[in-house]
Amino acid sequence: MKEEKKLQVSAIKDGTVIDHIPAKNLFKVIKILNLVSLEDPVTFGSNLDSSKLGKKAIIKMSNKYFDDEEINKLILVAPQARLNIIKDYQVIQKKQVKVPERIMGIAKCVNPKCITNNENVVTKFKVMYNKNVDLKCLYCEKITDQDHIEIII
Amino acid sequence: MKNRSLVSIEDYSKDEILRILELSKHFEKNPNQKILDGKVIASLFFEPSTRTRLSFESAVSKLGGSIIGFSEAGSSSVSKGESLKDTILTVSKYSDLIVMRHPLEGAAKYASEVSRVPIVNAGDGANQHPTQTLLDLYSIKKTQGTLSDLNIFLVGDLKYGRTVHSLLMALSNFNPVFNFIAHPKLRIPIEYKLYLDELGIKYYEHTEFTDIISRADIIYMTRLQRERFSDPVEYEKTKNVYVLRNEMLENTKDNLRILHPLPRVNEINEDVDSNPKAYYFEQAENGVYARQAIISSILGLS
Ligand SMILES: [Zn+2]
Repeated sequence: MKEEKKLQVSAIKDGTVIDHIPAKNLFKVIKILNLVSLEDPVTFGSNLDSSKLGKKAIIKMSNKYFDDEEINKLILVAPQARLNIIKDYQVIQKKQVKVPERIMGIAKCVNPKCITNNENVVTKFKVMYNKNVDLKCLYCEKITDQDHIEIII
Repeated sequence: MKNRSLVSIEDYSKDEILRILELSKHFEKNPNQKILDGKVIASLFFEPSTRTRLSFESAVSKLGGSIIGFSEAGSSSVSKGESLKDTILTVSKYSDLIVMRHPLEGAAKYASEVSRVPIVNAGDGANQHPTQTLLDLYSIKKTQGTLSDLNIFLVGDLKYGRTVHSLLMALSNFNPVFNFIAHPKLRIPIEYKLYLDELGIKYYEHTEFTDIISRADIIYMTRLQRERFSDPVEYEKTKNVYVLRNEMLENTKDNLRILHPLPRVNEINEDVDSNPKAYYFEQAENGVYARQAIISSILGLS
């Protein structure tokens, strides 16, 4: 049991570990954070048991650090994600996803008559947060509620 | 307001709204002033709306400006598949200000982001139509002498009617009491009620169009749109319930005025037209002055 645990979070020297990603959203997280562009080692674990999420995923990235703005984009796909920032094998900081004021791109507006669904326009939303994360389109002003959020990147 | 686009009525503060209304009054007194001499106003109607287009074009012509543009997408490069961005970028090279109407919601907002000249939204789908709101406010102020503390009745399609929503938000600056009269399926949406609750503004909802209108200062009628009903029989039934007839005005206040964004179908009976309380055709005329005020203030000419 201890051995398994160790494997899941096997150490990196410097970098970031993102834990508590819902397993089904792992690839969305990879896209949103544009991890394919990284050159240093990245390791993924998926379908790991989690008491909170059922099946979770974890990503470990050597020599990669994120600013809060990037991390907060995960509100739509991994709101419970936890970040461990590692320096010299030690966790020096922990971070959580916070609710951003605005979301650019990433999600689709639910309104088929919205300009963003008909022309090549990057979507822009104001985040309306109370219990649920609802998005108010800054173009057509319609609200896309959490159950209808479709990730488009 | 100078050089700023007018996309949504919320782009203007209470003071800015009042300034436009003052200016509208000024243009009503002197509608023919050549202050737009040498200016080119583009009028881009990606969907037809003859009434709104003529009102804008009249406003510009009276001020001595010239107009370029198109009255429907079919007669423009848009029909060849040009993107909105390219159309706006090109036209903004030819003009000092762009008036645009578009069937897609958010189109004017997007245009204002890519354009080099200010955009005036003349309607984007079911979303915003701020110049209509300003002319409605001007009509109310002109007939009541004030915008404050009025009893406003909104009748008809309160669910989808964008003019109603924008007017409600703009009037909320002026301590109104609202009465909403609508078919249960066309009631005012919950988000507007929450908005009013937050501001502490009183409102009452009714499903019957009865003598409660005796308290009204303004009755704002709207058109029921057939396409909002899945059942055509239901439409036929409903459209005959929310009809204003002359006899209903008997016990109403002297200062009452009846507004309608036009065109009407049958929701105001023609026997109302000759009643001095009918104001919808003057309201349409006010649209010219309000649009003169909007354009000249954005161009910094007044
Ligand atoms: Zn939208």
